Amino acid sequence: MTLARSKTGTGAITLRMDTTSGLTPYLQLVQQITHAVRLGQLTVGDRLPTVRDVAAQLAINPNTVLKAYRHLEMQGLLASRPGTGVFVAKELRGPSPQDQAALRRALLRWLSHAKEAGLDAEGVQALFADTIRQNATDEAVAS
Amino acid sequence: MNVLEARKLGMRYGRRWALQDLTLDVPGGRIMALVGPNGAGKTTFLQLAMGFAEPSAGTVVAFGLSPRRDAAAFLPKVGYAAQEPPLFRRFSVGELLKMGSRLNRRWDGPLAASRLRRLSIGLDLSVASLSGGMRAQVALVLALAKMPDLLLLDEPMASLDPLARHEFMRLLMAASAEQGLTVVLSSHIIGDLRATCDYLVVLTRGRTQLVGDMDEIVGTHQRLVGPVDSIDAIGHVQEIVQVELSERQASLLVRMRGPLLDPRWERYPVDLDQIVLAYLSRNASVSSFETDLAAEAAS
Repeated sequence: MTLARSKTGTGAITLRMDTTSGLTPYLQLVQQITHAVRLGQLTVGDRLPTVRDVAAQLAINPNTVLKAYRHLEMQGLLASRPGTGVFVAKELRGPSPQDQAALRRALLRWLSHAKEAGLDAEGVQALFADTIRQNATDEAVAS
Repeated sequence: MNVLEARKLGMRYGRRWALQDLTLDVPGGRIMALVGPNGAGKTTFLQLAMGFAEPSAGTVVAFGLSPRRDAAAFLPKVGYAAQEPPLFRRFSVGELLKMGSRLNRRWDGPLAASRLRRLSIGLDLSVASLSGGMRAQVALVLALAKMPDLLLLDEPMASLDPLARHEFMRLLMAASAEQGLTVVLSSHIIGDLRATCDYLVVLTRGRTQLVGDMDEIVGTHQRLVGPVDSIDAIGHVQEIVQVELSERQASLLVRMRGPLLDPRWERYPVDLDQIVLAYLSRNASVSSFETDLAAEAAS
């Protein structure tokens, strides 16, 4: 048996559609492109596949692709040049390896406090998600 | 701007109303999913919109034109394909193309030929030798070659397997990006519609139950699970579509209209299938169906 391979058009990355993710198709595209930039799979100047090619490849509404590209353009991550396409306009850098290691150590200390206080893994996740949400709301109100 | 407008549209066959009092707008540039059970009036609506029959009541107007009275101006602007495309079986695909070019003023033959080439459908193949999936694709390519502004598709994928449906949708989405079409697509396979259609109409017995932007509809519907004794309080804020009760727990499918303040209620996302099902079962009243049957038996 030969493995089915299909060539996926014009662009450095392959976008996907996950029907079980619970995320809207629009948000899935926004996330995938953002992740690819953050991971360095897409760098400044890279061209994204055309709206038509993404729509045809994934069988999704072209308006959805357009909406995702527009959203990322407004964030400054992408820039469109009329007639030539949509390009990556900005890098997204995560924290340095040293900073990440320090953050992880601090989190491990915090986790042992939580365990002493009687919080199990599920409780930690709920508290974490709730705090992130609350913090985002507060920041949105403050700005 | 609306491309197509139906006002109090109705169609009666004998004593039975196949469609009654339908008021519906199709906004331009959208890909609209028209969803409903068999007998809801989807096909009747699309046929009236094409001008295949004179409505028994109400009006339908597309681009400001009446599909029947202004047929000469209307027909070039609209493309149509149905579940069993009436392709002439003894013709070859190439002959169908030639016929299309003779019958239609705005006809893009090279575009159709290049799409067929990409689909690996040879022009020398006879229609009879094509698979169901290929036949549906040919019907779509021909409908698109008319360069219509509005494309009406009546269950075009009903008899296709999942792979063929996917291929059909890929062709439709690419064409929509290339030609900037307005599309109305009737279907009862809901899963295919979530990512392809950006506008949703749920129809039962000739009446619309739910109309709106696809993302907005999916985003605002949720399942709430909580204590039975506070359903009324929820109902004051949220629009309850469906209620399932056990002894102490209620499971509600709601359209969120405001914040959920009662911490005893948990919320879960729902997918398009569940939403459509809730609206269909909400309106599955037996009585009117029996009336229809009685009228049919009497006629």
